[in-house]
Amino acid sequence: MDKARPYGALIAGRFRSATAYRASFAVELITNAGGTAVDVSTVFVLFHTAKVVGGFTLGEALMMTGLTASGFVLADLTVGNVDQLKTYVRMGTLDAVLVRPLAVLPQLVIADLPLRKLMRFVVGLAVLIVAIAANDITWTPGKVILLVTAPLAGAVFFGSIFVLSASLAFWWVESGEVGAAFTYGGRDFTSYPITVYGGWFRAIFAYGLGFGFVSYHPALTLLGRADPLGLPAWAGYLSPLVALVAAGIAGLVWRTGVRHYRSTGS
Amino acid sequence: MIEMKDLRKEFTVRVKTGRFRREKRLLAAVDGVSLAIAAGEMVGYIGPNGAGKSTTLKMLTGVLSPSGGEVSVCGLSPVPQRTRLALRIGVVFGQRSQLWWDLPLRESFGLLRHVYRVPAADHESRLRRCRDLLDLDAFMDTPVRQLSLGQRMRGELTAALLHGPEVLFLDEPTIGLDVVSKQAVRSFLGELGQAGDTTLVLTTHDLADIERLCRRLVVIDHGRVVHDGTIEDLHSRYGSRRRLVADLEAPLPPDFALPGATLLAAEADGHRVTFALESIAAGAAVAALVTAAPVRDLSVVEPEIEDVVARLYTDSR
Repeated sequence: MDKARPYGALIAGRFRSATAYRASFAVELITNAGGTAVDVSTVFVLFHTAKVVGGFTLGEALMMTGLTASGFVLADLTVGNVDQLKTYVRMGTLDAVLVRPLAVLPQLVIADLPLRKLMRFVVGLAVLIVAIAANDITWTPGKVILLVTAPLAGAVFFGSIFVLSASLAFWWVESGEVGAAFTYGGRDFTSYPITVYGGWFRAIFAYGLGFGFVSYHPALTLLGRADPLGLPAWAGYLSPLVALVAAGIAGLVWRTGVRHYRSTGS
Repeated sequence: MIEMKDLRKEFTVRVKTGRFRREKRLLAAVDGVSLAIAAGEMVGYIGPNGAGKSTTLKMLTGVLSPSGGEVSVCGLSPVPQRTRLALRIGVVFGQRSQLWWDLPLRESFGLLRHVYRVPAADHESRLRRCRDLLDLDAFMDTPVRQLSLGQRMRGELTAALLHGPEVLFLDEPTIGLDVVSKQAVRSFLGELGQAGDTTLVLTTHDLADIERLCRRLVVIDHGRVVHDGTIEDLHSRYGSRRRLVADLEAPLPPDFALPGATLLAAEADGHRVTFALESIAAGAAVAALVTAAPVRDLSVVEPEIEDVVARLYTDSR
């Protein structure tokens, strides 16, 4: 508890900084809510033209979209701006972060906490709630736990992807938008049933990189549907495990990266 | 307090060798530095641009991991024990702010109290002292982004000291400041050094900082220490001498000689002479001069540390 206190103070400071420009903060809050709504609406558009996609109906697919949206937005809201690391590395301003008696990653995350994305989380949750209402789910205790853990595991998973792709900057300062292919690309991938994707692409993204366990498999389990691709029902419960593995790898790469930091001349 | 033994930092740089070919080369920014700094010392660390000053400081503060050699600060190993060390040192990087850009100075200090877990009473008394000595009161409620550079630097100094560090590292603390702010920063650091419970290590390009503050001067060039000693040591090593400049009513007699001094120049038909004083005291030289010729005006000029250091830099090339 004592260890968490400095971070709490930093978060409070971040809130005060964000609200220092009140009008622009309010505008950003609203436009960001619109952003997620637009992202989600692409699913509706797709299902408007084809009633069944990849063997799933709109309501079923919405479950995947909802799990992804809430998990991704939670990750984006907390660690999404860690991709600012490349600016810190290029300008050498990571020095100032490193001389404080706190861990580097939480400091960076808090310093750039994108509070304007707060509304996105509300929209993401709303989609999930609509998806639950749209489907006829036979609830068991296991499914209730899954419903709570899946978005959290998704958030950890996406957070790890954010951290991993940001870490590229330690080795390759001009990493540019490479990371976005995996963060935002991963979100788009997991917003649809993975059955819509082709063979090798699906194999790499869904199982090689683990994106299949973020929303597709948990959604199948919640819906009580058998996997058309043949994985057993308990695969849905693997999402926390996959998330922990991703977090472990991300942590390792991050630590190595910090040691690799070169700073700049001053 | 600070120990460095054969400390090295190498960077790989890619050098263009052809249209498409690039070659990896190893560049030693710090090339075997060994230094020991005792508690309470005030050490000036100087060198030309790219000499390795900042790189050394970054290895001492846990920002960069060394490529070789040993380093310990406050008995800790900077990179592996970074967060523990951070509680015991203060760092002012002239170009990297520790303050919160959008918050008033007062709130930045309040946040730092939590970051360093300083008891409220200690925080208050240290802040009070800095506010008095650095005249912060006029802009305590101004957002940091609106502060002038001089005001911000005074804020940075305070921020680095609020947790009562044992060692204070300053990387070019007076860079870009006007004369008044420079004076304020120097006299504040002077007082801090006098108190004796803070070890001070500062890099600078402004040698007046060193003359005002540091007994000990370490000169580094190409990643190696080329001088370690007092400013006087440096002068005697490079034979820089005080000069006696005299304006005379009439030229000196041609057979006049000043034992222990050399005539450097005779200008205006011998009406202005400059002697370099080697083994003769200024008083004795003046006495000998006034008996030889009527003197209108005279001055004793201290050696310019800038000249000495410039020579040191070119020598070590």
